[in-house]
This record gives sequence, C-alpha cells and structure tokens, in this order.
Amino acid sequence: MAERYISKEKFTRILDRLMSRYRVYGPVFGGMYHDFEVLKEAGDADLSFRNTRLSPKGLLHPHSERMFEYSLAKDDPEAGIVKEAAKEYPATLILGIRPCDARAFQLVELNYVTEAFQDPWWRNRRKAAVLVGLACNEPCESCFCTTAGTGPFDETGLDILLVDVGTGYVARAVSKEGGTLLGSMEGDAVPSDLTEESARLQRKAEGQLGKQFNVDDLKSKTVSELFNAPFWDEVQFSCINCGTCTFLCPTCWCFDIQDEVYKERGDRIRIWDSCMFPLFTHHGSGHNPRAQKLQRVRQRFMHKLKYYPEKYKDGIACVGCGRCVKHCPVNIDIRHVARLMSTSCTCPA
Amino acid sequence: MNNPYLPYPVRIRSVVTETEDRNLKTFELVFLRPEDEARFQYMPGQFAELSVAGLGEIPIGIATSPTEKGFIKFTVNKVGKVTHHLHNMSPGEVMGVRGPLGNWYPWEILEGKNVVIVGGGFAFTTLRSSIVYMLHPENRARFGDISVVYGARSPGLLLYKEELAEWERRKDINMHITVDSTNDPTWKYNVGFVPAVTKQKAPSSENAYAIVCGPPIMIKFTLPVLTDLGFPPDRIITSLEMRMKCGIGICGRCNIGTEYVCKDGPVFTLEKLSGLPNEY
Amino acid sequence: MRAYTERIREAAKRLLTEKRVDVVIGFRKGTIPLVNEPFLVKDPKDADQLYWDGNCGVNLANYLAKRTDRVAVVAKGCDTRNIVVHLLEFQIKREQLYILGAPCHGMLDRRKIAGELKGKEPTFAEESDGTVKISGREFEVTLDRKEFLQENCSICIHRNPVLYDELVGDLVEEQQNVDRYVDIREIEALLPADRWQYFSKLVEPCIRCYACRNACPACYCPTCFVDESRPQWVGKSLDKTDTLTFHFLRAYHLGGRCTDCGSCERACPVGIKVRKFTKKLEKDIRELYGYETGLSVDERPPLDTYRPGDPEAFIK
Repeated sequence: MAERYISKEKFTRILDRLMSRYRVYGPVFGGMYHDFEVLKEAGDADLSFRNTRLSPKGLLHPHSERMFEYSLAKDDPEAGIVKEAAKEYPATLILGIRPCDARAFQLVELNYVTEAFQDPWWRNRRKAAVLVGLACNEPCESCFCTTAGTGPFDETGLDILLVDVGTGYVARAVSKEGGTLLGSMEGDAVPSDLTEESARLQRKAEGQLGKQFNVDDLKSKTVSELFNAPFWDEVQFSCINCGTCTFLCPTCWCFDIQDEVYKERGDRIRIWDSCMFPLFTHHGSGHNPRAQKLQRVRQRFMHKLKYYPEKYKDGIACVGCGRCVKHCPVNIDIRHVARLMSTSCTCPA
Repeated sequence: MNNPYLPYPVRIRSVVTETEDRNLKTFELVFLRPEDEARFQYMPGQFAELSVAGLGEIPIGIATSPTEKGFIKFTVNKVGKVTHHLHNMSPGEVMGVRGPLGNWYPWEILEGKNVVIVGGGFAFTTLRSSIVYMLHPENRARFGDISVVYGARSPGLLLYKEELAEWERRKDINMHITVDSTNDPTWKYNVGFVPAVTKQKAPSSENAYAIVCGPPIMIKFTLPVLTDLGFPPDRIITSLEMRMKCGIGICGRCNIGTEYVCKDGPVFTLEKLSGLPNEY
Repeated sequence: MRAYTERIREAAKRLLTEKRVDVVIGFRKGTIPLVNEPFLVKDPKDADQLYWDGNCGVNLANYLAKRTDRVAVVAKGCDTRNIVVHLLEFQIKREQLYILGAPCHGMLDRRKIAGELKGKEPTFAEESDGTVKISGREFEVTLDRKEFLQENCSICIHRNPVLYDELVGDLVEEQQNVDRYVDIREIEALLPADRWQYFSKLVEPCIRCYACRNACPACYCPTCFVDESRPQWVGKSLDKTDTLTFHFLRAYHLGGRCTDCGSCERACPVGIKVRKFTKKLEKDIRELYGYETGLSVDERPPLDTYRPGDPEAFIK
C-alpha cells in the first residue's frame, strides 16, 4: 500500500484541512493526563503522548447514551411508545489512536455486530470513523501488546499508520479508505533512510516488550480447570470491585439499560456497567450467581482470557494496553493472573 | 436495518390474575401494527423483553404457542420495579414487546419422540406454550406420547387452572397435576412434590426427551429421578433464567461461561450445562 | 522503612504459628513501581511476601468490615482511626483484631511524581533517608520525599496509630500547627454560584466507576444509595446533577466518619480531588461538635448521639 513521508510542519497544515472535513479526535493533555477530545485547533493534539487515560472506546460507545425517548403525558395517544432518539453520525477521524486500541475495536466488533443482531449505534459510529494510528516508539512498562497478539507497530484495524521518525511521520495506508485519504494528503516519497529508521524503531519497541505470559497455555487448559483453580482466592483478595479496570479497558463493552423520567417524558439510556459491580448479575428474585467478590473477579479474567477466545475463536479479549495494570487502585495485575492461569494445573499428578 | 433494541408497541387486551396470592398475572397483548405482528414469528421456548416506558424491560417466557393467532400472552411474577408497575396496568394501556429472543426447545429433534414435561411453580409458562403447540391438530401427530408432571405449592398457586383441567380430560396427553400439600377436600389430583410424583408416575425414557423447568430446588431433585428413569444428559432439556438487559447477547451480563443465556440459551441440554461453570 | 518490613514479617510468622490469628493482612510489593498490593497471609510460609514502604497508601481497614475470623492487620494512623470507626459501628469486634500499628512517615503520591516526571516512566523507585530515587529508561532523579506526599499525608496530624496491639516501627513526631482547611476556606469564601461552578468542574471527569466509594473503609453499605432502585434516588449516568449528587451525598454519609486517609483520591482513575467534599464535612463536624473521627472507642460520634448542648442553627 502507499507510503508517504510528511514533515511535522506539513502535518499541521494537513490536520487543519482534515478538521474541516471530519470531526477530528486527538489526544489532548488536560493538565494531568491525555484523553481523546474533539480538536478545536490543530495544535490541541499532543502526539508526543504515551497513551490516553481513558481508552478511545468512548468515542464509539459513550458512557451514557440516549437510546430512545417516549412521552408519558396522559393525553398523548403515543404515550408509552418507545421511539428512536435522533442521532448524528458525522464523519469522524480518530488521530493518534495506538495500535492496541485500534485492535480492540476489531475485538469488540464481534460482540456488537453479529449475524443475528447489530448494535446500530456502535456500528454507525464505527463506519463513520477513520482511524489514523500512531505507532508506539516507546511502549510503557505496563504494556504487553505483543503478548496479547498485537504490537506497537501493528497495522491491523487501522486505516493509516503513522510512525514518528523525528522530523516527521512515515505514513502508511493500510485500508482502502486509508489509501484514498493518504492520497489526498501532500507528502513526499519516503527516503530509504527513514524507511530504515521506521524499521529500527519497530524492532526496538518490540524488543522492549518481551513476552509476559504465554497465550497458548491458556488455550490448552479447559474452562473447568481454570474455573475451579485454587488461585482465585489469592487473586481476589485485594480487589475492591470498583469499575476502574472495566471502564478504562478498551475491550470491555458491558452496559446497563435504564429508563429515566422527567415529568411527562422519559429516555431509555444505556450506561457503562461492570461485572465488578455486585448488582451486575442480581436477579429480581434476589438470587445472585455472583454474589461473592471471588466469583466476580474470576468472571472478569475468565471472560478476557478464556471465554472470549473459546467463544469467538479469536485471540484473548485483551490488547495489552496496560491501563488496568497502571490504574488498578490495588495493583491487581492481569499479567500475573494470566501467568497463574497458564501454569496452574488441577489434573492429578 | 432494524434496531434490535426497539420494542414493538402493543396494547394490553386482558389481564388475568392466575394465583391466589395475586403475584402472577397473565397479560394478553396485541400488536398495534400488523407488520410487527408478522415479524414476531416465534417457537415455544423463546422469550421476549416486555418494555414499560419509564421503568424498563423484563425478560419473560412467551406463554402462548405460535398456533394461537392474533395475540401473545405472558405470565409475569411480581418481583421488582417494572413488574410491580406492570401488575397495576389495565387493559387498553400501551407497552412494548421486543423479540422473539433466545433459542427454543429443539422441536426438530423432538419430532417422532415421546415428550416428558416436568414443571414447577411459575416456570410453567413456556411449557404451556409447548403443550398447546404439540396438542394442536396440525402438530399432534408429529409427536409420540406426551406426559406432563406439573406442580405448585398449593392448588391456588397453579397457573392456567382451567386449561390444566381440560388437558387432564384429554386422551392424547397424560397430565399429572400435583400440589405439595393441600387442605382442600375437593382436590382430585396428586399430592406430593414434583420430583416424587415424577418418580412415582415413572414416565418411560424410551425414545423420549424430558423438558424440565422450575425453581432451582425442584430441578435439583428432579434430575436424579430422570437419570434413574434412564434419561441421558443429552435428552434432558431445561430453560434457565438470568438477569438480562439487552436480551440479544450484546450487553454482556447474562453469561454462563462462554454462553449467553439470552442468545445461546435459555434452553440448554443437561449435557451442555454440565460443561459450563457452575455459576447460575 | 525497611525495618518495618522485617518487623511485619516476623510478627506475621509469630502470630500465625502461635495461632493467635487466622490471617494477617498487609501489603506485598507491587508489580509496577510506586504501588503495592494488599495481601492476605494464611500460611506462615507466605509471610515473607509481606512488604512495607511509602507506597502503602491503601487503607487496609477497608478489608475488615464484617469479617468473622481473627485477623492481624498492619495499620497506619489513619487506618487505626478507621478501625475505631468500625468498632463504634459494630462492623468487627475488638477481640478479633490484632493491630500491628505502623507509625507513618507519609505515603507517596505516585500521580504527583508522574507529573514531575512529565511523561517519563519510572521503572524503579527506592526510598532512603527522606528521598525517593526514581529511575527509568535513560533517566534517574532523586526527589525530596516531603514534596511528593499524598495531600492528606502532608497535613496529617495523626500519623501514629491510635489503637494497636504491637508497633512495627518507632512512634513518630506528630506534625504541629497544621492548618488543615486552607483550601476549604477558599471554597467557602466563594459566592454560591461560583461554588456551584467550582464543584461542577471538580467532578467533570467523573466516570462513575465508584473507585472512591469502594476504596473507602467507611463505605460498606450492602446496597449503596446509588444502587437502590425502589425508589431510585440517583441516576447512574454521567448526568451532571446525578454525578454531583453522588459525590455530595457520599460526603454527607461520611460526616464524622471520614479520617481523611486519602484512599478515595488515591483510587480515582481520573484524578478527581474527592477530598474537597469530605474535608468540608470534617471541618463542619469539628466546628459544630468539637469531634475528630476515630480517636476513641469510648466516645459515640456526634451524628448518632443527641446532647442537649448540640448546636441547632439549622433548625429555627
């Protein structure tokens, strides 16, 4: 596919023009950390960031979203009938998305868009979004993308991959749409020394990451072996069952549906939910299959590392972005849990 | 592309209180739009999300059989926010239905087989759907012997009492209605727990499938009885409940291991269930 | 503080071997720098995993409510005050507890350190003699510990445990002449409209993850008011009013019960200064009732007692 070299000055001008064609989200520094926000000016985007605090999943699946609306007015003949809320799906460009987060979009698509049912809102926002990713020259200590099946320079899931080679970006078109978009940008042919630099940066980044656990080990154990393993007691102790890991995670998708009423009208909304919350599986009868913290903690790791791969015959439902590792208030480390899951064995000696 | 989260508007045509404790009511619903009714093609065993605007949705088994035209019925237990409001709604009021959802009892496999149905309490709703379906003149010949054991704590807590009595009088179905206990001297059917009555009536497992629905405790004690009668795990079928929201396998909450109860279930064979984590 | 680690390990082994307790709750070293993991030890052989340093900010009293076994717990000043609150609220019995008091030199704020490092990532951190040496790929820096403490630690006046069975370190000098409410008075001085703006902006990043609530030892309600549905008091979306309601109401529920341990602020993944809410309540309780939370098991908290002299300016 096509490749261009775009100097950093040219890139700022290109970004300006892109902002007139797309709603552009980029990493914006908010004082303490970066998050994806709509760029008001090209200079708002800080592409020297490591990664955003919240993942870009919120751009396709916002925390709180109105699904439907309805009237409850007594004299309204349409009262009680649930109707679609008006939605806009402007052409969107997500600039600077890291390969891990882009790969996450592919993973979660298997959930939102199935043969039987398609989530209209996620699907429409995904279709309207162009992903211009930025390779990671300097992965963090908490990153383990290569272990999870992707990588700091992984193009999967992107439309264009940018590699920061210092003076500018080597931009590589990945998808057809990326090719068209790249073709519309002014850029030069990539000099061979920059191609080499890009390759060198990739080798360095991948070398830094190493292998943190073996995903194949997880495949060879059965669901039953892992579910009944004795180490969950140790893993679950420190967990405080907050939503930090699930909300920061780019591959977590669970949501709750609530009806909210104000006087004579109401909305049916959806909001992020978490398997960490006790109410998540609480039946109306009062029965709760995951009433204990151990069961909830086990569910999260089993889902990410075993149920998802078994169900979809895909890799693990984790892209190694490391946000949960960095921000869990009690330092529960998914890499440690994955190691416990891969080396344990309940089979008789 | 239709939005799978959007309910079809329906009107309540009738509300019947089924049980003497008034906790169970059957709602007869009619679609406001004929095109919605045409899209709502279902099989016994499936469920739908009943939607009450302003309150929320609840997943309830469809109690009618697809052979009953022009309306659908749901028997709802009063447990929480939505069901309390629903129980206070009257004929003429508008609500919503989303579905049909989930998988259904394996009717293709049951073809030519004897069917043993064991139900308890208010889990009987999709079993009613199944019985009405099988007894329909167009369908009856497709199935062998039909035996039913259905029980509740007391006579007043049985669902569909008139229909039960009708079925009991029929020759093409063996009804064994039971109650745990009763002081009613006019009670003419069995007295005893469902597992015990099942054991006593001993329906044959030869060329037969068993469909079991009921509270966890009933299922727990019925399964060994069925096993002793010779039903292997792949010929014992059950339907599970779970907290659900989307009902279409997307919101992520109703899983047992790899299976979403709303999409890969709620109907599972015992064989399938025994391979899943014991978390339901 | 290395000495603390040794004393904690020794005490844990002894208490478990002598069967004085069933479990010991402490910390083990984190998998990434500047954070440690709360850790439960049942087998004396595992006691060597216990560890202590300036990254033990999590309040271990959070793991005590409603326990039925006999438990030894490593507790700093604030942690012991929360244990007192647990005792006053009958969440655990004194006989069940063996408190390993850890006089505290203040806990480090890893986000403050991250701000100082401006994007450079620590791969190694070590404390010694009032400094913190941080190193990463191609950098090393030594920081003055006192400048990078958690905010609540820098104004702490109860660094020594108020209740304990054994100390794992020497008692420290309490900080004197500390004005705990400088920031609160600034907010109090704002006009109501500006105050509303201030708090709205404060909770703007909130994602309703409830890390603050779950990290707090005093938040142990089986069903939090946020999770009630009949009636539903508060919406669960990011609606600004609902989000502010959650934070305000939680702070009120902590009136006279919060020890300013800082666990809430430490846990928040989006860096909200949650203590601005709780400290106001702390100040009010101090001024109205002359009460400081968790100092004595013999004194009932002001919000569950009525004394004839109680101020009643709010009922007129």
